Amino acid sequence: MTLRSYVTSRVLLMIPMVMLLLTLVFVILRIIPGDPALLHFEKGVDPVVLAEFRTRLGLDKPILEQYFDYLWGIFHGDFGISMQDYQPISTHLFGRFPATLELSIYSILFAVLLGLALGVKASKNYDTTTDHSIRLFSIVTYAIPVFFLGMVLQFIFSIWLGWLPTGRRFPGRYTPPPTITGLYTIDSILAGDLFSLVTSVTYLILPTITLGTILCGIFIRFTRTNMLETLRMDFVIAAQARGLSNGTVTYRYALRNAFLPILTMIGIQFAALLAGAILTETTFSWPGLGTYLVARISRRDYTAIQGTVVFFGVLVSMLTLFVDILYAYLDPRIRL
Amino acid sequence: MTNALRIQDLTVEYKTRRGVARAVDRIRLSLEENRTLGLAGESGCGKSTLGRAIMRLVPYPGQIADGNIYINIDEDIPCKEGDIPKGEVDITELNEEQMRVLRGKEIAYIFQDPMTSLNPMLTIGSHFVQMIRAHDPEIEKEEALDRGKEVLEGLGILPERVTDYPHQFSGGMRQRVMIGLGLVLRPRLLISDEPTTSLDVIVEAQILEQMAELKKKFNLTMILITHNLGVLAQTADDIAIMYCGRLVELASVENVFEAPQHPYAQALLLSVPDVTKPDKKLVWIPGAPPDLVDPIPGCMFNPRCPMAMDICKTQVPPLIESETGGLVACHLYGGK
Amino acid sequence: MALIEAKNVKMYFPVQRGFIDSLFKGETTFVRAIDDVSLQIEKGETLGLAGESGSGKTTMGRLCVRLLKPTEGQIIYDGEDIADIRGKELRLLRRRLQFTFQDPTSSLNPRLSVGKAIADALKFQKLGTPAERKEKAEEVLEKVGLSPASSFYDRLPHQLSGGQKQRVVFGRAIIMDPEFVVTDEPVAMVDVSIKAQLLELMLDLKKDLDLTYLFISHDLATARHVCDRIAIMYLGRVIELGDRNQVYENPLHPYTVGLIGAIPVPDPKARRSEAIPPGEIPSPIDPPSGCRFHPRCPKCMEKCKTEDPEFREVETGHSVACHLF
Repeated sequence: MTLRSYVTSRVLLMIPMVMLLLTLVFVILRIIPGDPALLHFEKGVDPVVLAEFRTRLGLDKPILEQYFDYLWGIFHGDFGISMQDYQPISTHLFGRFPATLELSIYSILFAVLLGLALGVKASKNYDTTTDHSIRLFSIVTYAIPVFFLGMVLQFIFSIWLGWLPTGRRFPGRYTPPPTITGLYTIDSILAGDLFSLVTSVTYLILPTITLGTILCGIFIRFTRTNMLETLRMDFVIAAQARGLSNGTVTYRYALRNAFLPILTMIGIQFAALLAGAILTETTFSWPGLGTYLVARISRRDYTAIQGTVVFFGVLVSMLTLFVDILYAYLDPRIRL
Repeated sequence: MTNALRIQDLTVEYKTRRGVARAVDRIRLSLEENRTLGLAGESGCGKSTLGRAIMRLVPYPGQIADGNIYINIDEDIPCKEGDIPKGEVDITELNEEQMRVLRGKEIAYIFQDPMTSLNPMLTIGSHFVQMIRAHDPEIEKEEALDRGKEVLEGLGILPERVTDYPHQFSGGMRQRVMIGLGLVLRPRLLISDEPTTSLDVIVEAQILEQMAELKKKFNLTMILITHNLGVLAQTADDIAIMYCGRLVELASVENVFEAPQHPYAQALLLSVPDVTKPDKKLVWIPGAPPDLVDPIPGCMFNPRCPMAMDICKTQVPPLIESETGGLVACHLYGGK
Repeated sequence: MALIEAKNVKMYFPVQRGFIDSLFKGETTFVRAIDDVSLQIEKGETLGLAGESGSGKTTMGRLCVRLLKPTEGQIIYDGEDIADIRGKELRLLRRRLQFTFQDPTSSLNPRLSVGKAIADALKFQKLGTPAERKEKAEEVLEKVGLSPASSFYDRLPHQLSGGQKQRVVFGRAIIMDPEFVVTDEPVAMVDVSIKAQLLELMLDLKKDLDLTYLFISHDLATARHVCDRIAIMYLGRVIELGDRNQVYENPLHPYTVGLIGAIPVPDPKARRSEAIPPGEIPSPIDPPSGCRFHPRCPKCMEKCKTEDPEFREVETGHSVACHLF
């Protein structure tokens, strides 16, 4: 099978998957709880207000028509109108998504680099104190709750030492760099604005470390297990027997092969991270999709919740697809 | 004749949860230049561990506990961490970097399973380039690749296949690639551990024939580790038979097959099916070898030996010269 | 009369393809694992099925006990075609036809005691009460030489040696008192010093239980010691079949000659006389035209490249598929 036909088939298979996802979200949020309009308001709302509300949001139409409007909208990048402010949800989503994306990218980078480094170190020192300490660290990191670690770091570095801001993405008194990608660090580099770059980095450090640390545990363990397995394989020993240097054997032979399953794990974790940034974002008042979702849930803004969930869903499936294709590309046995 | 290899009282131990297992027990043997030594014995007898010990690549959790391994080097070998002088060198005294330099250049090793001994992520050509450049970083990539092509061509593999990946080759072809990698730097000593065991008889015969030709061409001294006595009869000059980590008999191939001295060697030969002798009554050795973690006193073979005497249960028989001019470790032949 | 007869059996496996490829490219390619094989196994004999990996010998063995359903052709057992039977009929048939797998370690459940493993064969066939099954399993353990049975019954596979595990595998095959057993490389994984012991056990069981064996092996030296007749397979075909002395003493097909000549003889004075066939067994997806061995054959003629040689008897009981005869 060629890579092209592999990619095509994966893309085609994604269509029914996304359709199923969209339908499920619609069913769960619109039909199962009953009338979302009634749920949005307190009891005893004025029926006139309620009727007008329904018309504006299209909730008065038959359920099937609502469903098709919803699908049609999504394929055009329209995620509906918020119950709260009657603004298009897509504006909110696209406005806030870069914040979440930026935090997620740096966190996953931090987690993967730390995870790979410590995992390789542990596997090379199998069954020694170094190995045991690294394993202990990895267990601790994923047992610790995000908000707890976040608060401890905030206490030490922001309140006690005063080195870093406690939250938000950029100080309110300054204007962020002109939006190109929406990622402040990239935008400030593009604009050649050193001050914005430094500022945005200082704001990123704490949430990145918090989220990255929580995530790195799983990468440490996964890297370690895969490396241990690979290091025992014949081709690694054979490489040593040919007199290849320790570094070449570890990185070009062992890690390169151990990396493929890790790549899948990175994909899964990154997807989970995008969606699961809620707690970190709340802890650090990060103006991303997580805080948005929390705010809308507390206001029972069903259409906004629906839009956000769908957005995440599509994003995650695209990411999975991307990782699978990358995997196929990297592995010569699949590549053919 | 000089000795290409001399092993003195080599002991290799595995530290397991249940205790220490002595996989190689005070082995002493020497190997003249340009000869092929067959190392025979059944699974768990320590023959592979002995082979790996000569590379100083004993698998975890084993380590060389005692003894010396001398190899003969005919020219000074430069090394970043101390040049290695020509003459007889005790490789147990070398540091890791010195040992790395020797691997592949002076001693080559071929593994049992060609399907797993090449890096699936690298092309065949990269295997050659990395190996050649690990020993001489000054060599250009193209030149290294050309040398690889030349070697492959000599083994009957089209040179343009250097861009192919291991999975695109059959088992026999992969083993030829392994042999090519083993020989590209013209080592003096080649250790092959069951090189044809996982291959079919016709491919096995083809490869053994090629190895015999290459041995002549490159003046190789060889150690052939295998449980297949038929293969040894056809390829070895001398045969060493191991049982439970100890050397029990060492003699020329003719003497081992015609007049085996040790009762274990005798029994082993009688158990081998011979396609040319349909009427040969196959015998077997009753019982099983003792547990290496909990070794028995005296001769390890005594519980299964039809000729066991009292002394066999208490004293380890020394390795003495046998009537046929070889060496044997058995109390039956004491006193000479 | 033949106990089992395969008539023009074919077994094609479709090649795994991508979803898109299967949608848009009509033709499916097949691995022709078995391509038109006819074979008779006489009651009470041991027929050896030998060949290199990729020759189709294991597939043929699986077809004979209907672990696989042939793509085409008949398998006649006891006068009845069993190629298409299903469900209960097939389950009942399984009692009489058994198959032992090559690797005893992976064919035994590591968490199940070996006694239970044997007794469970009866349970799957809904035979006997638990107590009866246990009794029968202990009897079988004794029979395969794992004695006293009570001390082996509760052991887990990892507590046994390789040879003992192979005995358990034999035990599981004979508990149903079968008539026909296919053994796939039964001694390939054990050390040479106990090989003979297992082979003798197999022959003893055969005598005691009136068994018929199909002995699949790549090891022609061992096969010579065990089998009455030998069939040599190459690329999905049986290319030579005969009494063991005929095949080994007077091999006809150039492939058989090369195969036997390539066996390393445990005697330093007996040097190899025959030339080794060059190359390797080609892919069964697209086998060579004419005689499948022709690209490697030292005696290849023009005819061999185009015409498929017929499998015919050239002396009593000795058949070959080669244009030379």
